[in-house]
Amino acid sequence: MTEKLAEIKDLHVLYKTDENTVYAVNDLNLTIYKGETLGLVGETGAGKTTTALSIMQLLPERVGVIEQGQIILDGIDITKTTEADMRLIRGERVSMIFQDPMTSLNPILTIGDQIAEVLELHRKDMNKDQIAKRVDEILKLVGLSAERKHEYPHQFSGGMKQRVVIAMALACEPKLLLADEPTTALDVTIQAQILKMMKELKTRLNTAMIFITHDLGVVAQICDRVAIMYAGEIIEIGTTEDIFEAKNHHPYTEGLFGSIPDMTKITRRLNPIEGLMPDPSDPPKGCKFHPRCPKCMEQCKTQNPQNHSADAHTIKCHLFAK
Amino acid sequence: MNVPLIETKELKKYFSTPKGELHAVDGVNLKIEKGNTLGVVGESGCGKSTLGRAILRLLEPTGGEVLYNGQNILKYDSKQMLEIRKDLQIIFQDPYASLNPRMTISEIIAEPIKVCKTITNKQEMNDKIYDLMETVGLAERLVNTYPHELDGGRRQRIGIARALALDPKFIVCDEPVSALDVSIQAQILNLMMDLQEERGLTYMFITHDLSVVKHISKDIAVMYLGQCVERSSSADLFRTPLHPYTQALLNAIPVPNLRNKTKIDETIKGEITSPINPKPGCRFAARCPKANQACTQTDIELREIESGHFVACTLY
Repeated sequence: MTEKLAEIKDLHVLYKTDENTVYAVNDLNLTIYKGETLGLVGETGAGKTTTALSIMQLLPERVGVIEQGQIILDGIDITKTTEADMRLIRGERVSMIFQDPMTSLNPILTIGDQIAEVLELHRKDMNKDQIAKRVDEILKLVGLSAERKHEYPHQFSGGMKQRVVIAMALACEPKLLLADEPTTALDVTIQAQILKMMKELKTRLNTAMIFITHDLGVVAQICDRVAIMYAGEIIEIGTTEDIFEAKNHHPYTEGLFGSIPDMTKITRRLNPIEGLMPDPSDPPKGCKFHPRCPKCMEQCKTQNPQNHSADAHTIKCHLFAK
Repeated sequence: MNVPLIETKELKKYFSTPKGELHAVDGVNLKIEKGNTLGVVGESGCGKSTLGRAILRLLEPTGGEVLYNGQNILKYDSKQMLEIRKDLQIIFQDPYASLNPRMTISEIIAEPIKVCKTITNKQEMNDKIYDLMETVGLAERLVNTYPHELDGGRRQRIGIARALALDPKFIVCDEPVSALDVSIQAQILNLMMDLQEERGLTYMFITHDLSVVKHISKDIAVMYLGQCVERSSSADLFRTPLHPYTQALLNAIPVPNLRNKTKIDETIKGEITSPINPKPGCRFAARCPKANQACTQTDIELREIESGHFVACTLY
């Protein structure tokens, strides 16, 4: 668990358009250890998906730019690899599950062919029979019957499609799996089935996983560590216990928890965070959360806060400066 | 005994498809008292949105009755309907799709007033629009902006302002917060609860999110494949869920708390079956861990097990 698998060092990602420049990810540092599940939590526009796309090197061409920083995977800085090399890494060592299973499958290929495609590209030593056998195996692994491999995506339900997508992602047993809101589009009972399956597969294949979500309930289920993102920065990171049970939190984390209706208690009113996410093309000076922060101090408006850590628990906030 | 504000009796909505009749809503009986919120929960495809629309006659029901203040509105002609539509409004799920992109905010909010001609004076109309915008927390300067200029939370506030424009008594809220981020979701939920208190509104709150429904509703109806399988007060339902489907649904919600983690290992198998030409008997029987022979033989009625707690299951 303590062996490093990937490391992101002061990553800055911009989206440049004719009109303006959007600062999607700012100074992001993150280490992923072998076999762990790291939850990446935040609201729409926090930069969660951009972070994942940077690791995959799938940022929109010309528009999305990694301005500075390194992403080191297995000792290679993938921000410097060529597209040709990247193609060998993608799907083989790191793969991604997208949010919407309805749109991430090719509608005119059978699901068996789509899974086989991954193997054809990465496992040149396998012959046709071996690939076909492996496809059956993987389908069984994700709980689908191998007989259905000749069917097309539209013949499957949402939950089943997500299983197919997971099968494709795991076909080569990657070391790192990026799951971008894999269960958001699904119903709760189906979500529970998929989460259970992902948990089992992860342990069996010893894959590390970055699990992107906005649902803190899902995080409690599946993650070992949690990073909370706000306006392109990680503002708090720690073990799941740190995030859910420690006393000290970033005010934004507190706001997130206050916004969810608690099933175990009866509260008349929720305590939402007032205001809206800042405009990412014109982020506020100092701490990016200060315009919405109930505990905002003078220095928050001008100085960017430092990280303050206690063991594995790090909070980026002036409140915890010693 | 008070007459409930809204009551449905054996309400049915079938759609005919090439494969047969799709029973979207199949004999639903509900009662909503004035000033209360009834939460309707269920997974996609269980007919919750169809139910909401059938009650408002946005979709013409196939059978049954919808009583508003004791009057069956399904018998009303279009003139009478227009009159009572002022009292019955809806807030839609997707604030991106439910607003006309070519209308400004003031036009969107004014449209129902123009249609029903409740205000004809221009000055009064403007006052009303500003008043509504203030009620839902929209800044006055946004009055001439278009929906695409605003974020999801603000758009949903427009949807709410539009629903309030005719001072309704009853609002169907069809997943009004599902498309929003949690911090914005909490703002909208607070707003809706404040409005209910101020104006004595009655809500039918359709959602798939059980934690939201618990927070906002006094009573809850759980739907599965077009039928209401359990109905009780919110507190009872969460304390002692009786129907196996309700139990499974409650078990499946991820709880943001480490101490009482959800038991995802005990989730139900399988997926929702087809609502086209359903077989008699309990529609959940195929996935139910406690199913027995009696479940698949005859249709199971919703029966009152405890005072105010109704369930449709052979176990009780």
